[in-house]
Amino acid sequence: MDLKSRHQPPKWATRFINWYCKPKYLEDLLGDLNEYFERNLASKGFRYAQLVYVIDALKFFRSYTVKTPEFFNLITNSIMIGNYIKTSGRSLMRNKLFSFINIIGLAISMSVGLLLISFLMDLNSYDQFHENADRIYRVTNLESLKGEPEIKYPTTSLKTGKILREQVSGIEKVGILRDDFSGDVLLGNNSFPIKGFWAESSLFDIFTFPMLEGNPATALDHPYSVVLTESAANKFFGIGSAMGKAINLDSVDYQVTGIIKDIPFFSHLKFEALASLSTLEQIGVDGPDFENWTDSYSNFVFVLLKENADKRLLDSELQTIADHENQLVDPNGNSVRDIHLELLPMNEIVVGEDLARSEGLHYQVPHISTAVLWFLVSLAILVIASSCFNYTNLSLARAMRRFKEIGLRKTIGANKSQVWQQFLIEAVMISLSALFLSLILFLILKPQLINMAPGLQTLIKLDLSPKVFILFVGFALLVGVIAGVVPALIFSKVNAIDALKNVSPVKVFNPMSFRKTLMVIQYTFTLIFITTTVIGYVQYKNILEFDLGFTTENILNINMQGNKPESFMEEMRAIPEVVELSKSTIVTSIGNAWGGYMKYSSGEDSALVMTNPVDENYLNLHQYELLAGGNFKMYPVDPGSVREIIVNQELLRRFQIAGNNPEQAIGEVVTFSNHAWQDREMTIVGVIRDFHYGKIDNQIEPVAFMFWTPENPLMINAKILPGDIQGTLGRIKEAWNKVDPSHPFQASFYKDAIEQAYSELSVMIKIIGFLSILAISIASMGLFGMVVYTTETKVKEVGIRKVMGASSLNLIFLLAKDFIWLLSVSAFVALPLTYLFFERYILTNFPYHEPVRLFELFAGLIAVILIAFLMIGSQTIKASQTNPAKVLKSE
Amino acid sequence: MKGTNIGEFEELVLLTVAALMEDAYSVSVCDELSEHTGRTVKLGVVHAVLNRLEEKGLLKSELGEATKSRGGKRKRFYQLTIQGKNALVQAKEMRDQLWERIPTVNWSKI
Repeated sequence: MDLKSRHQPPKWATRFINWYCKPKYLEDLLGDLNEYFERNLASKGFRYAQLVYVIDALKFFRSYTVKTPEFFNLITNSIMIGNYIKTSGRSLMRNKLFSFINIIGLAISMSVGLLLISFLMDLNSYDQFHENADRIYRVTNLESLKGEPEIKYPTTSLKTGKILREQVSGIEKVGILRDDFSGDVLLGNNSFPIKGFWAESSLFDIFTFPMLEGNPATALDHPYSVVLTESAANKFFGIGSAMGKAINLDSVDYQVTGIIKDIPFFSHLKFEALASLSTLEQIGVDGPDFENWTDSYSNFVFVLLKENADKRLLDSELQTIADHENQLVDPNGNSVRDIHLELLPMNEIVVGEDLARSEGLHYQVPHISTAVLWFLVSLAILVIASSCFNYTNLSLARAMRRFKEIGLRKTIGANKSQVWQQFLIEAVMISLSALFLSLILFLILKPQLINMAPGLQTLIKLDLSPKVFILFVGFALLVGVIAGVVPALIFSKVNAIDALKNVSPVKVFNPMSFRKTLMVIQYTFTLIFITTTVIGYVQYKNILEFDLGFTTENILNINMQGNKPESFMEEMRAIPEVVELSKSTIVTSIGNAWGGYMKYSSGEDSALVMTNPVDENYLNLHQYELLAGGNFKMYPVDPGSVREIIVNQELLRRFQIAGNNPEQAIGEVVTFSNHAWQDREMTIVGVIRDFHYGKIDNQIEPVAFMFWTPENPLMINAKILPGDIQGTLGRIKEAWNKVDPSHPFQASFYKDAIEQAYSELSVMIKIIGFLSILAISIASMGLFGMVVYTTETKVKEVGIRKVMGASSLNLIFLLAKDFIWLLSVSAFVALPLTYLFFERYILTNFPYHEPVRLFELFAGLIAVILIAFLMIGSQTIKASQTNPAKVLKSE
Repeated sequence: MKGTNIGEFEELVLLTVAALMEDAYSVSVCDELSEHTGRTVKLGVVHAVLNRLEEKGLLKSELGEATKSRGGKRKRFYQLTIQGKNALVQAKEMRDQLWERIPTVNWSKI
């Protein structure tokens, strides 16, 4: 019978039958299958026998064999639930410290979960109000400059829209939305700012923006028509009387041809007005070439696909169109720019891949990248897991006290699943009471999160809807189950005889190694969090104080908003605290860019060069370091006669001018083209030391300064005296109001602008910092619970040792050594991981970063160790100071 | 009359149980049937039919003694009840009556 004992039917199949089969049929059915198995084993071999057994096990899953929940059990269960709740409540009350740690820990971490859930729900509800949301796509432009990686833009050309409408099958509607129908509407003597788009009537077929008055099919067909949102119309004309009236914007009259309902908050397109796109053709604001294939930085093209459109066919059609158009633009095929088209589903606009933001696009699409989202989700999960670990750990540690109870329950007739249910119910009870606390925390934290960054205010609301609330409760149940499942499983396996025979639970099951593992994981997470915060914060501070190559101290940049500078500058000079003034087109180093194409020798390709048209005082005011040459000598007013440029060292390197020698580069001539002028010949009159024109995550690029002429936008840079900054600002504001009373004063200090430019980083650091504080407090609470438990169980040992003459220090070491060991294991894992993470992945994005220092790496560890020692110390000192006589007397 | 109306396969199973006497349990019924009908009879089918017949009250069953084979599991032995026997007899009588109605002359023509 050797063969038989080795070859058994697959256990899991047997277990499966055990699980589903009514007890009445179970035995003879298993017997029958076993008989068949042996028969097949003898005749056809082991594999075949196994296979047949498994198939039969599945085949016997029938209506007459399957267990129905027995009425009796249901009744006992529902009666027992009352009892479970009662005993759980009692045990919660008995162990106040443990319950407190568990509930508070879970509540803190769950509030993070709640924030995350409502955040995700908000993001998920974007653009869902459109009836055809799943068929709406936006055209993405994929541009590749020669030899450079492809860049994706959310915008495309007007031409793309027109071609799609005429040539492509599978598309039901095409709608073009052009950026920036905005300005100040003049109505009588009042002016109201307005924000909107140039648009077509077809957009109303694609999107669901219900029209209250007017005909959506034709509202935007004629030039000089405008559709207003309800609240904009009411603002301009009072309630219900806007139709047919005219609004005046930039001295053009637009007739109101429609009123739509206000745009829902969760729309990625937000506007007050839509003006007919055909107007642009009439007034031709953007010059003759705005219908070109390559003029692609201002137009959103939306398409509504047909119900059964073949996406792959469409993609290939788009490819053909793009190839054809590229060919038309540049028949020789050596074009600098290659453009391809892609369709982006509307639900990937807000949450999805990061797209490039083209300069000059005014509309800021609300967006969060998938990577950032996943990062946040995983951080939140780590914090939640940490508090679940606490629960698991502390429940297992408490096992001793519940052991007898389980034994008794089992003796009286509770089966495994009932014990199991009891402990799960207990965990769920705790998580539900934690939910209550965490809801309060959620309401406190919500405004903090929303106000953390200006971008978040327009992105999310975090409102509590019934749907969100149901998700919260579901989440609490899930957390309870996750936290309680391990203790429940372990307790349900307890053998009643062992439990009642006074065998120590440690001998019956030894969850110590499991608990240690959980603690190590928990502390590893915590250390990673806190070290990341410290390193991130230090790096962020480094970035803010980075030496950009010029000074930003006490410089106020004032946006002239289209006003002529002369009278304002006159007013400014009259203020004694304003020491110096200069003009520039943009503020550099905060992510702005202003470019053109430069060519040095005729044979070479032209290359993109960053510029900033400035006046003769700019370099001085910002203390740029001139290496050779001097300042501008000519002060032209007409862009055609600008002939002097001042360049940086990188530009010399890029074009190989005069062997990189600044002295010899003076007097060299380059040609420069931008939107204002083609092929100007310019002479290098000065060379300055390299500085950071872009943000610090960019490499230093070739930069050229040239003289500011009035067709450029204008920022006034004012150097002001430190001291009474508020007073000075007030005076400057007064000066502004004299010059332009209708527009609010727009100015910011250079330092603040830089801080603003890296606000994403600061938001990230704040979030991680906040989470790391949570993580560390949760982990500390867990540790505290464990220390209390350990000292309690070792109180006799401590007493005996004391009697034998051990010193307090000895005792502290005895009690603390386990925890120190665990902490060192965590540190050993966490610190190198964090270090590598920063060096390999994060800091590689910042080519000019400072290296991570040892102090930053260990600061978190030291903090964690200090807190741990505080807790271990307080408990062990308490234990070692108790009178041994008292402890040992009671036996 | 639900209890006494039985299908063809049910009749075969009942007959086999009756024929096997003391030794009628699912596997043996299955083997016997396969042997006599010449078609492969699946255990699952037999098991289901035995169960149905028991529910109809045509069969009764009890568990046998434990043995070392079958993984130590007991067999469930089936026996005909009075109703079961009646059902079989009734079925046979019905057939006999029909047989008798066929005139011999007619029979030989086919």
